[in-house]
Amino acid sequence: MSQSSEDNLAAAAANRPAASGAPFLRVRELRVHFPTDDGVVKSVDNLSFSVDRGKTLGIVGESGSGKSVTSLSIMGLHKRGTAKITGEILLDGQDLVDLPPDQVRQLRGKRMAMIFQDPLSAMHPFYTVGNQIVEAYRVHNKVTKAVARKHAIDLLDRVGIPNPKSRVDDYPHQFSGGMRQRAMIAMALSCDPELLIADEPTTALDVTVQAQILDLIRDLQAEFNSAVIIITHDLGVVAELADDIMVMYAGRAVEYSTAADIFNSPQHPYTWGLLGSMPRLDRERTERLQPIKGTPPSLINVPEGCPFNPRCSYAGTNGDLSFTVRPEFRDIGGGHHIACHLPAEERQRIWDTEIRPKL
Amino acid sequence: MSTKTESAAADRRVGDDLLVATDLQKHFPIRRGLLQRQVGAVQAVDGLTFSVRRGETLSLVGESGCGKTTTGRLLTRLIEPTGGKITLDGRDITHLSMGSMRPLRRDIQMIFQDPYSSLNPRHTVGTIVGAPFRLQNVKTEHGVKRAVQDLLELVGLNPEHYNRYPHEFSGGQRQRIGIARTLALRPKLIVADEPVSALDVSIQAQVVNLLEDLQNEFDLTYVMIAHDLSVVRHVSDRVAVMYLGKIMEVADRTALYERPMHPYTVALLSAVPIPDTARRENRERIRLQGDVPSPINPPSGCRFHTRCWKAQEVCKTKEPLLVDLAPGHQAACHFPENKDKVTTSPVG
Repeated sequence: MSQSSEDNLAAAAANRPAASGAPFLRVRELRVHFPTDDGVVKSVDNLSFSVDRGKTLGIVGESGSGKSVTSLSIMGLHKRGTAKITGEILLDGQDLVDLPPDQVRQLRGKRMAMIFQDPLSAMHPFYTVGNQIVEAYRVHNKVTKAVARKHAIDLLDRVGIPNPKSRVDDYPHQFSGGMRQRAMIAMALSCDPELLIADEPTTALDVTVQAQILDLIRDLQAEFNSAVIIITHDLGVVAELADDIMVMYAGRAVEYSTAADIFNSPQHPYTWGLLGSMPRLDRERTERLQPIKGTPPSLINVPEGCPFNPRCSYAGTNGDLSFTVRPEFRDIGGGHHIACHLPAEERQRIWDTEIRPKL
Repeated sequence: MSTKTESAAADRRVGDDLLVATDLQKHFPIRRGLLQRQVGAVQAVDGLTFSVRRGETLSLVGESGCGKTTTGRLLTRLIEPTGGKITLDGRDITHLSMGSMRPLRRDIQMIFQDPYSSLNPRHTVGTIVGAPFRLQNVKTEHGVKRAVQDLLELVGLNPEHYNRYPHEFSGGQRQRIGIARTLALRPKLIVADEPVSALDVSIQAQVVNLLEDLQNEFDLTYVMIAHDLSVVRHVSDRVAVMYLGKIMEVADRTALYERPMHPYTVALLSAVPIPDTARRENRERIRLQGDVPSPINPPSGCRFHTRCWKAQEVCKTKEPLLVDLAPGHQAACHFPENKDKVTTSPVG
């Protein structure tokens, strides 16, 4: 039983590009800690992942799981001094963690760019949309204002803003929510970044507009061959876009594998919980949702042992291992990583008999 | 446990109309100039006719700006309708004054979207949940404190947290406080405006289950305002799809999700991301172009014609009426989808 599933994992992994080659972005043992009066907030604790060009990584987790902090550290947007960042962030071989701020600034926009969650607060209300795109473009390219403006109009057209020639002179408040998000994407793409990070790009949007934006990100990725990281709490969104998915809980990765693995044979109880919490349109309607009990832990006092143990239904099943020993984040075959103490046969049995039938 | 709730759900009486809205309208005036003359109106809600049956959950869905929240506030009479009629339990409440509305507030309560701004940060949980008793001069058997603690227990909070302040609770817990306050006076109808959309996925499921349990226990009637179509399918008995202040389609849950008739409903459903990687490649998605038009100057004829892929000349000139296309299934469209399937398949 478990042998065949491991084979499946290996087969699934064979479709992925070799992880041994140098991936475009490689994060190793990243830790982001914020010292506060109440104690050290371990927002990100020992996180490792990589993304290749042309590939999409989905990072999934609840609020406070460290998703956004991770993306801000890659972009170098944490205030030096307040955040203690250790580990390695290798962008095309160059370590960003200890790079001086002005050198990171030269990379930002050109080699890596970010789409923020709330476009109303991420854009400056005082400048026209066109101005803001032009500014980003001219920082990295020595061109005249007229050329940059032409470029901005092209970009707005590319992301589907109607009538870009006149809308380029509008202020952000004159755009609707969906258009603002598109304008943000246009701004992020102005210098053809090689790495694009989208932090909850569609959370504030209606489902019809969300579908448009997701299509847009997919099309643009195909065109520019960028590496994309999409951060969200919506498993539906990552299923649409991601090649690989990392599930985060309390600042750590708990499961990391291909998107197909995460949805078809998830191995971590937290991932099971997320899948069970979510009503699905593609399945028969279930009588009851299967929520995860309790609430996420404080990042100052992360529980001993497995951080998920207070909410996990299987925490007591193998002695008090889950309460005392922090589970190692390890490869269980074919690049499928999890951090869980449950033995492989037990996990497979629980998934096959208890979890999957209820989803 | 699950068998118990199933039987309770079967026992739940879905009966006569508790609340009826007839041609309900709300126009917000736009005033300009020195004399503040009215130059136009935002037609937030423009002629809604629907009824809410006792014991059911009716959901209002639609994109932002379609008037779902305004409808919720009209039903609870937090704002005054411009036209039309609302009856609760056979009584006309359309233009009741604040004073005469007050006794009726026991029967209609509201759950708000944002658990952070809907609780007064300076009041303790005890004060917040006990406020309805105080405001309505309700005498409780063992005193207000005991009543509040019972309510807290009912919604899954620790009764000892009576003296804590809202900031000491997480988002999900705060939403439970809001629900406890809503339940204090044992209302008949609860209007829930996006009750779970501000919560994390795992917490969302807890609150959805709580709302279901409470409905079974107290025979509550819900009007649920939501935009997440998967959650709506899970909680609703009937669903009304709104677009630009009008109802486009009303049907019971199964009919709406399996045989949507209005093109707008079809487009909404096809846009929902499905958490299944295998379906990614061969999905047929209907891409709606552009945004919702302005409700200040809505399109002529069918309001959806500017974004509809089936629109023809008649759609621009003649407004389709909301008519019965199948038993219990109404849609406002000249060229409805799935119409043939209805005649061949039995509809229960």
